[in-house]
Amino acid sequence: MQRREDDIKTQSIDWVTVSIYVALVFMGWLNIYAVTYEENQSIFDTNLNSFRQLMFITGAVIIISAILIIERQFYETFAYILYGLILFMLLLVPIIGKEVGGNKAWLGVGSFGVQPSEFAKFATALAVSKFIGTIGFKMDNLKNQATLFAMIGAPILLILLQKDYGTAMVFLVFTVVFYREGMSPFLILVGIGAAAIFILTLLVGNNIILFSIIGALWALFTYMNRRKRLKRHIVITAGALMLAFTIASVDFIFNHLEEHHQRRVMSMLNPDADPLGYGWNVTQSKIAIGSGRFFGKGFLEGTQTKFDFVPEQSTDFIFCTIGEEHGWIGSLITISLFVALFLRVIFLAERQKHRFARAYGYSVACIFFFHFAVNIGMTIGLFPVIGIPLPFFSYGGSSLWAFTVLLFILIKLDAHRMQVLQRL
Amino acid sequence: MNQGRREIIQIAFIAVALIFLIKLFFIQVLDRKYKDLADSNAIFPERDYAIRGLIKDRNGKIIVYNTPEFDLLIIKKEVKQLDSAKFCEVFDKTPQELRQLFKDLRARREYSPVKPTIFLSQLSTLDFAKIQDHIDEFPGFYIQPRNTRAYRTKAMANALGYVSEISKGQLEKDSVGFYRQGDYIGQSGIEAYYEKYLRGRNGVRYKLRDVDGNDKGSFKDGAWDTLSVPGQDLVSTVDMDLQEYGEFLLKGKAGSIIAIEPSTGEILAMASGPSYDPLLLTGRNYSSNYKFISSDTNKPLFNRPLMAQYRPGSIFKIAQAMVALQEGVITPETRFKCDRGNPMGCHGPHTNEDLRGAITNSCNPYFYQVMKRMVNKGKSDNPFDDTRIGLEEWNKHIASFGFGKRLGIDLPNEKSGLVPSPQFYDKAYRGRPWKFSNIYSIAIGEGENLVVPLQMANFAATVANKGYYITPHLVKSIGDTGKPLPEYLEKHYTTIDPENFEIAADAMEEVVRSGTGQYRASLKDIVVCGKTGSVQNDAKTMKYARPDHSVFIAYAPKENPKIAVSVYVEWSGQGARAAASIASLMIEKYLYGGTKRPHIEEYVLRGKFLD
Repeated sequence: MQRREDDIKTQSIDWVTVSIYVALVFMGWLNIYAVTYEENQSIFDTNLNSFRQLMFITGAVIIISAILIIERQFYETFAYILYGLILFMLLLVPIIGKEVGGNKAWLGVGSFGVQPSEFAKFATALAVSKFIGTIGFKMDNLKNQATLFAMIGAPILLILLQKDYGTAMVFLVFTVVFYREGMSPFLILVGIGAAAIFILTLLVGNNIILFSIIGALWALFTYMNRRKRLKRHIVITAGALMLAFTIASVDFIFNHLEEHHQRRVMSMLNPDADPLGYGWNVTQSKIAIGSGRFFGKGFLEGTQTKFDFVPEQSTDFIFCTIGEEHGWIGSLITISLFVALFLRVIFLAERQKHRFARAYGYSVACIFFFHFAVNIGMTIGLFPVIGIPLPFFSYGGSSLWAFTVLLFILIKLDAHRMQVLQRL
Repeated sequence: MNQGRREIIQIAFIAVALIFLIKLFFIQVLDRKYKDLADSNAIFPERDYAIRGLIKDRNGKIIVYNTPEFDLLIIKKEVKQLDSAKFCEVFDKTPQELRQLFKDLRARREYSPVKPTIFLSQLSTLDFAKIQDHIDEFPGFYIQPRNTRAYRTKAMANALGYVSEISKGQLEKDSVGFYRQGDYIGQSGIEAYYEKYLRGRNGVRYKLRDVDGNDKGSFKDGAWDTLSVPGQDLVSTVDMDLQEYGEFLLKGKAGSIIAIEPSTGEILAMASGPSYDPLLLTGRNYSSNYKFISSDTNKPLFNRPLMAQYRPGSIFKIAQAMVALQEGVITPETRFKCDRGNPMGCHGPHTNEDLRGAITNSCNPYFYQVMKRMVNKGKSDNPFDDTRIGLEEWNKHIASFGFGKRLGIDLPNEKSGLVPSPQFYDKAYRGRPWKFSNIYSIAIGEGENLVVPLQMANFAATVANKGYYITPHLVKSIGDTGKPLPEYLEKHYTTIDPENFEIAADAMEEVVRSGTGQYRASLKDIVVCGKTGSVQNDAKTMKYARPDHSVFIAYAPKENPKIAVSVYVEWSGQGARAAASIASLMIEKYLYGGTKRPHIEEYVLRGKFLD
């Protein structure tokens, strides 16, 4: 019998990635059970979230089969159509969406609902990668760069309309993919620099001090370069003015944030500032994690996370349970597994022969990394409280499925990498 | 060109992971602070319930206050080897009841074995005294004090409303997260309308407990505790003596009494009959009592003064007279022949009255003619259009008295009544044409007209004020500022000129001096202005014939009025009987502190209004 090109030989699937995936999903499931477990309930108890999560996992298995069966060209061929479709759904959400937990981010019929914003991630990843993969694509072409930024800007805008700031931020991570494909690192550095200045300004809280420092630095540089050309002086002065302007604009931006976002940022900088509000969450989250000590309290033995002190324990703050019940060792294992996943995905990306597949691989790695960094950073007080899920751990069907789709499209592409003509 | 970028990205990813692991190592291994905080394990949030504001009457008499009660909380996980025999003895339960309590506990949605949950709610002070000594013997059980409402008298139940535990639906609507499960919330009346002021703010005390549930003091020395802020007191406009007297007079009858101070719009009394004992809707027996009261066929929870919509009946003739004078279609001297029965029946000895006589004798054919002139002014040759134009003009005048719309009293669930408009009849006749002959019963306050008793009292106050009213209200001021509420300072002017009000006032004086109200409503030393009404009701729908509703509006004294009253007594015959008697007794009570006419009071209390 003749094999179709798309039939996968089992050995061509990257079983390392699949194993890491299975390990993460399984650990996530156990932790969701631990959060809701109270007394003598089985992990299969239909009242518990762990049961529903099991249903979601079953759904994920079906999705994986579908992804592996669909022809590999489908993803590249239909990338733009998928992207357009998701944008359209995002557009619909504010109009016909339903509200869950204060955020209008769900589309659904009856009790079944999905968050299009979760699926926008892989659709955008596909579209961006397809664009990067087109023949003759050059990253240093400004028009190409503008197109790419427009492609990530559209979902950001639409998701901002839903007031889901966390998910909107995820799309910024595509700039790292652009960087890998040849974009100058300047933009990313400016972005990180601006964020650093923003936080520094809030921490110092007194602009006059900062302005004096800039003034002093400007004087120093001007003095040191006094024999240099005029151009150098213009650059130094312009730089100083831009810095001053950025600082001056921080207050303006900060005061125009919504109040609860202001509080989230402030509570990261100083958790005791708003002890009963967001500071409370971060402190409680830290107490829960910290009380785990080196070895943890043991599976199902956690007490802190069972109180309602940390809200969203099974979704955004799931890492608290890991920290409390499994201690630093548990954190180490979890974080190591994630790092292994990132490195493996990058490895897969680098061995692709087609730029489309490579860019897609990097998108996957970067999206996972962003979620990982922001989510865990938030629970240990290194980032402001931004509600985005921890991949494979946080309770919920949409996020689990979206991450699964994201990863397994890469695995599918990778399985066929030998059949693709080189186009890098 | 992209050489080394892969490595940079990989290093960045690993660096972040390493930073996390180092930070985690600090939190989890090096810093003992978190371990200690968690060792004292359960941080137990104890709710510090705010004291709900009091409600006082206009003379500073307390109407509603608070009394302590206690909840027994349970943390299931901390309950070890419960001595159930002892527990049953202390809490006065049978073993079956105890088992049921535990079963109920598990069935509750918010139940968790590690969080404090209400096990027994609303224990009285008496129970508490008994339990206090034994509570230490039952680890895992805690007592939490809170307050419940208490009342000095049974009066004013419907206007005050009641307070009960917040419902699931209300909890979901509370988007700012002010309430928690088990919190109290005003459910109706003043308690609901002024909830924002009465409730205050609940506080939280974070208590530390070790693994055995022992109290380890405050978390961080109480730095994060919030104290409860007591609610603000309300000063009501009601005169409690008058209110109680009103309810006393209304005993055994269905209806309402409303008394308003015309110059301020302050409601002096607002009685709804039949009523209920507000104490029944507090404390532990709330749900069983509520079921009992709400299923009563007499509808004691139905606040008649603002929810019952009736036809106004003949009292409406006062308004009609003023509108007609304003429109210039009649003068006070205009006479119409009363020939009894064509087109409307009439009563009393009269044949050809002027306006004053027509009001005094409540002549129906007179007002039929008045209405006809008002709606058919000949502004259009088409009789249908002409009626439409006239009715539109008439509607605007009538609405300016506050009829047909919610007056905006500070209570929930006010009904608006109905003043028919051309659009209303278009709908009622489903587009078929209509003219005066179809709608004439509204001339005498019957037909499609609907008013609520509050609007009648407001109308009496408007006449007393000669042209304006202030939105009737039940609360004078909030807190101890004593400042009047700004929304109740605005004067709502009618479209009628003061001189036409003078004519109406004179006619109402005449009603009491020599007309339909003379026997039971007139007082010796004071000029009372009033108007009777006997409202037809749908006797056809009844199994047996029932008498008319008895209606009376009045104000007194004529010069510088102090009180305006409306009385509506269902199924008790002519307005000159029950309603006029009650209204005059209320006026007497308010102005003199009691009645000098015990026979009238007895007449009302005996309640024999049938011939």
